[in-house]
Amino acid sequence: MTEPAAPTEPDGSRPASHQLRPRRRKRRVSVVGVFGELLITAGLLVLLFLGWQVWWNSAILAGQQTSAASKQAQQWLEQSKGSHAPATTPTPGATAAPAAPPPVMDPVGAAQPLGVMYVPRFGDGWKRIIRETVDVQSVLNSYDAGVGHYPDTQMPGAVGNFAVAAHDTGYGNAFLNVSKLQLGDKIYIQTKDGFYTYDFRNFEYVQPTAVDVLLPVPQVADASATNRLITLTTCNPPYHAQERIAAFGVFDSFSPTPPSEIAAEVSGG
Amino acid sequence: MYAALWRILPGPVWLRIIIVLVLVAAILYALVTWVFPWVDSMVTSNEEGTVAT
Repeated sequence: MTEPAAPTEPDGSRPASHQLRPRRRKRRVSVVGVFGELLITAGLLVLLFLGWQVWWNSAILAGQQTSAASKQAQQWLEQSKGSHAPATTPTPGATAAPAAPPPVMDPVGAAQPLGVMYVPRFGDGWKRIIRETVDVQSVLNSYDAGVGHYPDTQMPGAVGNFAVAAHDTGYGNAFLNVSKLQLGDKIYIQTKDGFYTYDFRNFEYVQPTAVDVLLPVPQVADASATNRLITLTTCNPPYHAQERIAAFGVFDSFSPTPPSEIAAEVSGG
Repeated sequence: MYAALWRILPGPVWLRIIIVLVLVAAILYALVTWVFPWVDSMVTSNEEGTVAT
């Protein structure tokens, strides 16, 4: 009675081997079964790809774009220290004089960096290099840019419209938070000459074909520009591309040295 | 298909599980490193984020 009696089949054979045989007969590869499993696999691969594109790859690109912007910012800061330092000492009491027009740089070649953009509203430490053209592969999807300058629009600080574009979702999520801008939010553009400060003014939600937001006077054809504007365009709503959102800002000031709000960002990386 | 694959694998269950995990990791690595970037370059629309006619 110490060991339990093993259950036996009526014919006396051991049950384990008896059960194996009929199950093994069912194990064959059917065409429908393979086809079904391939479909499931394909579905999983598509989901994996989308997850990779929207989160994984985007997070990696965001980090790379930010550190590339830091490097570029420090390089321009070092260069301008040599050339600007003597001229920029502010004279006490001179602030009442109307500000001289800001310097406007010459256009740069395709895919060349022309500025570094800082927008505190987009998140802590947000910065991106702006490169010439809005080409997808060489600028918008690039690991060391992310923001592109529309080639036929003006340069930073110029009278007219300095228009830039970026993805809202994917490839570094550069302009994901454009719609969170609030009236008066600062948009800083650093070039090799110095720092341009723009104040955010308003949004327009437009069709993807609405190129008139890029005009020197946005959405007004044949008007002569008197203001210095900045325009940010990206997809709207986030994760979709049916519309575009355009964010307009007005030039506020130019300074050869970093404005205090982003001084740590510029020098500290 | 996957059931047949499982039966082809040698060794006891624990060894098969390890082999499957290694295979899955290798496939994921290949996807992320080569396949997904390539697919990405093929399917990207040329006007995302920008306004254009």
